[in-house]
Amino acid sequence: MTTDTPTKSQEAAAVPPPGRASEKKRIQQGHKRLLTRRDRITLAFMAGVPTILHVVLVWVTALASILLAFTSWDGIGFDSIKWVGFDNFHQLFTDNPQFWPAVQHNVIWFVVLILIPTPFGLFLAVQLDKKIRFSRVYQTAFFLPVVISLACIGFVWQLIYNPDTGLINSIIGANKPGHYIDWIGDPKLNLWAVLIAASWRHTGYMMILYLAGLKSVDPSLREASALDGANEWQTFKSVIFPTLRPTNTVVLVVTIIEALRAFDLVFVFNKGAQGTELLSILVTNNIIGESSRIGYGSAIAVVLLFISLIVIIPYLIATFRKERRA
Amino acid sequence: MSTVSALAKQRTPIRPARVLLHVFLAGTALAWLAPLLWAIFSAMRPYSETSARGYLSWPHTLNFDNFKNAFTQSDMTHYFGNTLIIAVPAVLLTLFLSSMVAFYVSRFDFRINLFLLLVFTAGNLLPQQVIITPLYRMYLLTNLPGITASGKLYDSALGLVLIHVAFQSGFCAFVLSNYMRSLPHELTEAALVDGASVWRLYWQITLPLCKPAMAALATLLSIWIYNDFFWALVLISTGENMPITSALNNLSGQYFTDPNLVAAGSLLTAIPTLIVYFVLQKQFVSGLTLGSAKG
Repeated sequence: MTTDTPTKSQEAAAVPPPGRASEKKRIQQGHKRLLTRRDRITLAFMAGVPTILHVVLVWVTALASILLAFTSWDGIGFDSIKWVGFDNFHQLFTDNPQFWPAVQHNVIWFVVLILIPTPFGLFLAVQLDKKIRFSRVYQTAFFLPVVISLACIGFVWQLIYNPDTGLINSIIGANKPGHYIDWIGDPKLNLWAVLIAASWRHTGYMMILYLAGLKSVDPSLREASALDGANEWQTFKSVIFPTLRPTNTVVLVVTIIEALRAFDLVFVFNKGAQGTELLSILVTNNIIGESSRIGYGSAIAVVLLFISLIVIIPYLIATFRKERRA
Repeated sequence: MSTVSALAKQRTPIRPARVLLHVFLAGTALAWLAPLLWAIFSAMRPYSETSARGYLSWPHTLNFDNFKNAFTQSDMTHYFGNTLIIAVPAVLLTLFLSSMVAFYVSRFDFRINLFLLLVFTAGNLLPQQVIITPLYRMYLLTNLPGITASGKLYDSALGLVLIHVAFQSGFCAFVLSNYMRSLPHELTEAALVDGASVWRLYWQITLPLCKPAMAALATLLSIWIYNDFFWALVLISTGENMPITSALNNLSGQYFTDPNLVAAGSLLTAIPTLIVYFVLQKQFVSGLTLGSAKG
């Protein structure tokens, strides 16, 4: 039944991986040798079809974004693609009045999310982890915004921020002509208004991630700490929090990615008008707006890709190194 | 009284700190629900009343007329139907394809496995906007006469299903491969020795053991794909073809002419997700944390 080529097994024998891995490898090598030709074809399809779909739609397009960023193209025929070097980037960095504000807003988005809703989500998780009654009810309430679509959240918060009919202006009496506070239109206010809605959602998300992290903390740690006479804060600070490190990594990555992906909420709010420009909005406006400049839009996407990879690559290296060891 | 219950009693006396905690949590939970409650309150009042007396006034009439009107005027059934056509195949295909990749990656060491898993996981972490410009062009250039109504991948349910599957399979492959790796190796080993085919190994032995993870992912995917706003906004041009979440944006200008109707309309779109969430809360939360607990 063995159809394994001799060269392959020799190769594998020549470099025996150390420790426990070698045992595992041997099992898997054994697996391999039992495969028939039909099995191999089946396996090739099982891995191939999803990979091709994923690579073509995600990685080829990401690569195309990079290539197109150095060209100018009207999108009509392939022969109209012209290589322009760094022109698009040069224009983007020096000429586009929306670009630097967008970068700044993406950064603010991240800073706010990591400084306010993330610690608050952790705080709620710690409280809810105390085996109190109604914990489930509270959790449901905090987590509800995460389940609802961001588009719907945008509309719900408009009912609060609307200058004429919104809840806030109705309460503080700013809904009469001359006293308007325009939470959605005023470029000094609108980003913060959107961020409150985003934080409202982010808190629940972080709470759930931290609750899962806290569940895996060894209860004997807590007991030992209590026996040593540590108070609640001391226990949290020097015993619980350090063991939450894996969760913290995930939380950091999730928050950065959320900040880079931020789109729906702002688009529903005011389409990314002055004050709420974001990189994602600039890319999208370049497609669905009146002037579609493919190369230029791709250049913005490349900036976004570049920032994402700074986060994604170290995260994956850390994750997969751990996995290899396991 | 046994020592255990005595201990339990001792540990949870009614302490002022506990009461304070409950007051705090209940207050915060209520504040968290306030925006939604306000939306429900606004949606239940007739526009004539709120325009005459202001939104912050004692309600004289509370009814579901706005919900009824929002639902019928905008023909919401049609858009819910669009979502169904996209979400059901997308969820099933994503689970099918990603479980195959996960099976391959976790059960056979073919050297490229780690790399493959890396490609899938990294792809899922990219912001959608990084790939949208070439994707949009690709969809416009792909001619499929007779297969989709638009004759292209662009503006078709098929196009949306494909991008959902391609994008979400990254996360699912990662989660499922972790899950499958925790299954004992002897299981498939024994079956292989007995001469079972690889397909049987996957379909009859491995998949049934992955039911909990699959259920969690299915719940999560349904909600994510239902809630998608961005893909449909860019890749669908005909308003009629939009799934409900993206259609909301057009509908709010066209049919939902006053804030009360907007409130009712957007709350209606949230109902399916809320039902799924309340019924399958455990699956949803475990799905969300499955991927991160290992990370």
